Amino acid sequence: MHNPQLNANGELTHLLSIEGLPRELIHQILDTASSFLEVSDRDVKKVPLLRGKSVFNVFFENSTRTRTTFEIAAKRLSADVINLDVTRSSTAKGETLLDTVDNLIAMHADMFVVRHAASGAPHLITEHLRRLGRNDVHVVNAGDGRHAHPTQGLLDMYTIRHYKKDFSNLVVAVVGDILHSRVARSDINALTTLGAAEVRAVGPQTLLPTAIERMGVRVCHDLREGIRDCDVVIMLRLQNERMNGALLPSAREYFHCYGLTPAMLSLAKADAIVMHPGPMNRGVEIDSDVADGPQAVILPQVTFGIAVRMAVMGILAGN
Amino acid sequence: MNRQNLHIRNARLIDPRNGLDEQLDLFVADARIASIGQPPAGFSADRSIDASGLIACPGLVDLSTRLGAIEPELAAAVAGGVTSLACPPDTKPPLDEPGLVERLVRRSETLGLARVYPIGALTHGLAGQRLAEMNALARAGCIGFSQANEPIDTQLLLRAMQYAATFSYALRLRPQDQFLAREGVAHDGEVASRLGLTGVPVSAETVAIATALHLASETGVRLHLSRLSSAAGVALVREAKRSRMPVSCDVSIHHLHLSEMDIGYFDSNARFDPPLRAQSDRDALRAAVREGVAAICSDHTPVDADGKQLPFAEAVPGAIGLEILLPLTLLWAEQVQLPLAEALARITCDPAEILGIDAGSLSVGSRADICVFDPCEAWRLTPETLRSQGKNSPYLGYEMIGRVRMTLVGGRIIFEA
Repeated sequence: MHNPQLNANGELTHLLSIEGLPRELIHQILDTASSFLEVSDRDVKKVPLLRGKSVFNVFFENSTRTRTTFEIAAKRLSADVINLDVTRSSTAKGETLLDTVDNLIAMHADMFVVRHAASGAPHLITEHLRRLGRNDVHVVNAGDGRHAHPTQGLLDMYTIRHYKKDFSNLVVAVVGDILHSRVARSDINALTTLGAAEVRAVGPQTLLPTAIERMGVRVCHDLREGIRDCDVVIMLRLQNERMNGALLPSAREYFHCYGLTPAMLSLAKADAIVMHPGPMNRGVEIDSDVADGPQAVILPQVTFGIAVRMAVMGILAGN
Repeated sequence: MNRQNLHIRNARLIDPRNGLDEQLDLFVADARIASIGQPPAGFSADRSIDASGLIACPGLVDLSTRLGAIEPELAAAVAGGVTSLACPPDTKPPLDEPGLVERLVRRSETLGLARVYPIGALTHGLAGQRLAEMNALARAGCIGFSQANEPIDTQLLLRAMQYAATFSYALRLRPQDQFLAREGVAHDGEVASRLGLTGVPVSAETVAIATALHLASETGVRLHLSRLSSAAGVALVREAKRSRMPVSCDVSIHHLHLSEMDIGYFDSNARFDPPLRAQSDRDALRAAVREGVAAICSDHTPVDADGKQLPFAEAVPGAIGLEILLPLTLLWAEQVQLPLAEALARITCDPAEILGIDAGSLSVGSRADICVFDPCEAWRLTPETLRSQGKNSPYLGYEMIGRVRMTLVGGRIIFEA
């Protein structure tokens, strides 16, 4: 099957999902990000890679934080950035997703950074661009439903590579609401592609997708078992709406069974790092003592995130 | 024109009901099949058709066709060799009033294309609150009753079965537990897990089948289960049939060939209700149809481009089926190595028997509803080749083998290619 994010030469033309990206390509993105990292430390925090290009942040679902990091990344590449909060404007008037896209193409967009509540929405846009013959317009998936959040996955890999260097001996635990998490899917795809020794999916059955083991993970329902001797712990955010529904009895019970406390973390390797895509629910999935502790690398993740997004946009603009 | 005497020469006649598979001449007079082999006494043909190299079989009978606009869909039916079709009640408005049913029947008779057999709504507006006037609907032309894809609570279902059994009406159910299927858009399996789509578990189907079978055996109603999707689902029906329950079922032609893998990268043309399931389910469905546990339906559902050019979960489910029912059945038959005369039963006499209509055979004296096709002709499915208003199909661009060359309804040639 045709991979919609690669062109005939195997080059990245859209970033939709980590699934299907070759290992070398992921490393190429991480290497590029590494070279961009120092740009943020300069007095003039800009490189002219995207000068004259228009990047449209099209967020059908609210997210100030992710949108801001994309905006910063695009601006550091000297692009013109246009932020569209589509949740409140066109779709409320009955315009379809592709209507909106057509309008933005008419405004000469060079790149779309798209977030949408429906899994697969960015694929629909790239398929539309293909039909229109617009292979000069690139799409970056900034999170689609429960499916993928590839730039988050890449920045997580950047973080792990930064602290652990090599993936081949790593045991990584992904803990929490994997069912609803696009971050979890992107992390799992990235880790299995990069050859992590073991990836564990940790959570109660109600928060794990039915066939998650087919993604190459080991399923653990017990946090102790899931965290024991691991090198990296990736905690997932538990959305408020999951806490008082049919999936979990309460936040309190969840924290008791799956919250990352210092005692739990002590079961992991002594040099294990703790990651979280943010925003955190302190006292729900993670104890403040862990979140603010020496093993947490949650803030470096944010810094790396900008460099990784610069790398993705820079590579796409060149292909 | 209406009362033409036709002589179809040199065709390979396949009539599954009568176990016929032989090159013989077929004679049509007075809108009926007058004789096979030798002409009836005093027969003179108004038209003689050379069907060398072609197969003539009973016109196909489809258990589930959504009509949308009536004329283009009935034109699609006859182009696909379908001469009789059952129309589920989820039309707009639903078929819950005798007047609506009579209008549909009259309109289709005026068009003179395929014969339309309406399935009446089981409840008013399909709302699952009050029973529809089944007796009045039956008198208006309904040949069975169904809740289409709408939910119904088990108490009302029991009452509906009791009432239908009182009058010996057939009841059709699309078995799906509304709670287990809530918000689901794809099979709860590998692909949905990977793509982050909300799953419909197999238990949504098996729980509903078990409930329906249990209530049906209490009431004695004749039950038909529509569009099964899972291995466990057909296994339940197989078991019920073994215990001699009056139950039948069908599988859509799409589910015989496709699986969850065909969703690929969120292809909304592969969004179906019930969803495409695992490959092991598909294999079990193919075997069940081969055994005769289930018939095949087209599950023809035209959807316009606006309904499909949406993110997968928001897209309208369904695909067109009438014009590919025959080639895809031929393909399945070849793959499961079933002789044509048996395979064609699944789209002719088997569904006719389920519907209880006079169709699906070439018996002398029966209505001359006939499909003449070239089993070897290859053609490519494109939007332009489709007569249906719906161009929604996961097979667009695929090559089909087997093409209808002529369709007769009541002895009239209503399609010729």
